[in-house]
Amino acid sequence: MTKQHASIAYVRQEDAPLLPAPPSEVGIQGWLRKNLFSTPFYSVLTVVLGGLILWFIWDVFQWAIVTAIWTGSNREACLVPDGVTGACWPMVREKFPQWIYGFYPVEERWRVNTVCIVGVLALAPMLMPSAPYKTLNALFLLAVFPLMALILLTGGHFSFAFGSYVATLGLLLLTSVTVPLMAFGLEEGIRRNPHGLISAAISVGGWIGSLYVSGSAIPWTALAFGIGAAVFSLGSVFKEPSLSGRTAAYTWASIVIGIMLAMLLLGANLGLVPVETSQWGGLLVTLVVSVTGIVASLPLGILLALGRRSQMPVVKLFSIIFIELWRGVPLITVLFFSSVMLPLFLPEGTSFDKLLRALIGVALFSAAYMAEVVRSGLQAIPKGQYEGAMALGLPFWQMMNKIILPQALKISIPNIVGNFISLFKDTTLVSIIGIFDLLGMVRAGLKDSNWAAPSSTPTGYFTLALMFWIFCFAMSRYSIYTERRLNTGHKR
Amino acid sequence: MTATAEDRERPQVSFWNDPKVRSILFQIVLLLVLAFMAYEIVVNTLSNLKSRNIASGFGFLSKTSGFDIIQSLIPYSSASTYGRAILVGFYNTLLVSGLSIVAATIIGFIMGIARLSKNWLVARIGTVYVEIFRNIPLLLWIFIFYSAVLQPLPGPREALNVFDMFFLSNRGFMMPKPIFGAGSMLGFAGLALGIVLAIVIARWSRARQMATGQTFPVMWTSLGLIFGLPLLGFAFAGFPLHWEFPALKGFNFAGGIDVIPELIAMFLALSIYTGTYVAEAVRAGILAVSHGQTEASYALGLRPGKALRLVVIPQAMRVIIPPLASTYLSLTKNSSLAVAIGYPDLVATGGIVLNQSGQAIEIVGIFMFVYLTLSLITAGLMNWFNARMKLVER
Repeated sequence: MTKQHASIAYVRQEDAPLLPAPPSEVGIQGWLRKNLFSTPFYSVLTVVLGGLILWFIWDVFQWAIVTAIWTGSNREACLVPDGVTGACWPMVREKFPQWIYGFYPVEERWRVNTVCIVGVLALAPMLMPSAPYKTLNALFLLAVFPLMALILLTGGHFSFAFGSYVATLGLLLLTSVTVPLMAFGLEEGIRRNPHGLISAAISVGGWIGSLYVSGSAIPWTALAFGIGAAVFSLGSVFKEPSLSGRTAAYTWASIVIGIMLAMLLLGANLGLVPVETSQWGGLLVTLVVSVTGIVASLPLGILLALGRRSQMPVVKLFSIIFIELWRGVPLITVLFFSSVMLPLFLPEGTSFDKLLRALIGVALFSAAYMAEVVRSGLQAIPKGQYEGAMALGLPFWQMMNKIILPQALKISIPNIVGNFISLFKDTTLVSIIGIFDLLGMVRAGLKDSNWAAPSSTPTGYFTLALMFWIFCFAMSRYSIYTERRLNTGHKR
Repeated sequence: MTATAEDRERPQVSFWNDPKVRSILFQIVLLLVLAFMAYEIVVNTLSNLKSRNIASGFGFLSKTSGFDIIQSLIPYSSASTYGRAILVGFYNTLLVSGLSIVAATIIGFIMGIARLSKNWLVARIGTVYVEIFRNIPLLLWIFIFYSAVLQPLPGPREALNVFDMFFLSNRGFMMPKPIFGAGSMLGFAGLALGIVLAIVIARWSRARQMATGQTFPVMWTSLGLIFGLPLLGFAFAGFPLHWEFPALKGFNFAGGIDVIPELIAMFLALSIYTGTYVAEAVRAGILAVSHGQTEASYALGLRPGKALRLVVIPQAMRVIIPPLASTYLSLTKNSSLAVAIGYPDLVATGGIVLNQSGQAIEIVGIFMFVYLTLSLITAGLMNWFNARMKLVER
């Protein structure tokens, strides 16, 4: 065999040497050929479009840099007699603080800065998947930070009547009867805590009575019975030391103490000058409205999504009507609704803040959208997860809290971020009902006769567009990043 | 007998822990809470209305409005009623949404396909378009088009002039207006006949292609019929059509069709902004069609354009339509932003009526009713279209 092979002259003994790819296929030339000039049609397209784009970029560059005005203190600088000028940057420099803070007093702006810095510092590790202490971080962001922001931004000085402290404490004490229920379950909780329940019932009667009968004896008695209810309830839990009992009791106590402390702080004089919300404006209002909207809409949205998937017809119907009603109408009518109709729905004489009214409208509106996002997350959870949880004997809320929602919310993060982006953009609509958000502030600034020049309006809008674009683009990148990170787990 | 057996099998649960009892109790509580809230709202509203001296009801709709509207598709003057003003606004909403939906679809399809182009530059342009226009709020786009693009245009005297027929100035876009004389019914009859014939031919050609495989140039014949027949009709009647050209009179134009700058700004902003969402839907839809489909159609000898039109797009449509439907819905709702620049749409005219009459509940109720109805109609149409496009499996 081998001999025969060797005698055949033309059989190759070694591999042919690898030739380099033809120069038209590699390097810059190859890339150009493949991506820009593959066919005559594409070549023409490339040349024409490339020319147009270069021309456009050159124009913008000229406008923004070359022919732009960089220095000056009023409109004179941007008014050039012989016609067209580029951007009017000194206007932006002068107005920029107003675009960020609105009419917030200059000497108080450190408060806004503090809130912003603390918020960013607390949020950043939350967004980084590898950062530790997520639970503590979330607790800070959702409980301590909002309180801090509220006090710093408004300056505190909420005038609570003394009675409202008493009433709040009384109502909070009543909730103590849920501690044994949580610790031992419904039946055992009732059986072991009869005295607590009876005092709570008397206390409730007292509170209702105090609404109709004047005199300070009744509320004090009600409060006393409330304290009694708390003592009996906690006593029944601690009588038999159990881990779940202690956890429930401590959770309840910290919530009560936290709420009372928050109320005291809000009412106290902390030496901060009060700043009315009508003085807020600019980016501050945009961020306040969008962040509050998204934070408030998440729990509401989860409830509505669960309601829409519920087996109870009344709950389901209510959720569907609520969601579809808000989703079917434009945000601007919702804002009209909250600014002109909401005051009509409330008892005569109650008036509340314009910004707060807009916030309620925005929160309800985005809750409907959030509900649909959460619902799609819930639908993606396999049925086996529900069945497994039920087979373990978990009651509904435990099943949701411990098994379903963590998974469903995790896969909805990209959509929640997407929702936040559209809410952030939609916040600009509040400028139509007379709240000075970023857009409203910029437009108000453009009406300033001190800076009335033909190039002011384009410059203002250009800067504003750039600001919005940076925010939204960064958020959409984050959403894509999360999506990719979450996807890896499900890849087959 | 059976009853006792069932009793024995039933687990011993207390009344409180029975899920059925709990669910009924919970629903009763929810209903009570809702009823209480509704009662409170009604009582408060009635007392509030009483103290502000506002009569509830829709009687105000027949009162004289007393304000002018800059664009109206139906006859309207300041002597017309509030109801008619709202109707004018409603038609204007329909006009701007309809125009923008068509334009957004065209832009979106072009850009969505462009993003997948093999040409690097074209693909980049698509991406940059989507990323720029989607990440800036629509309201800002409306203002940009209205005050940064349209207002710096020259005044009517120095208007950009195309053949003395079209004028673009800061007062809007002027174009010739067709005026139909007697006998033009023949032309319209030709148009109707052309459309009917085109539909008939399309059906016949599809049936023939199914049966024999032979194709028929449907598009060219239809175009010929739709344009040719009316032309023939007009020619037969001796061309009773003449055009009213816009002409400069004093400080503004007179005659012709005046497209107000508010409409142009709304149209541009809505269609370009919404086009990004259409483009994303189209891109996702095309990516969802497996690449094997394209390769197979190339193997069958179809050219890229035909492969896209006959093989890829019809399959992609199934994925595209649901997001497209919600995009159209949000465009219609977003047209309400017109109130910001004073385009007289439903919300803008309704807002004026609200300010004048104080009938907040009725007006906001009308808004909600109209937009909900539009939503439901669009959703219904899209569902019907979706059902037609659905994969017919054997």
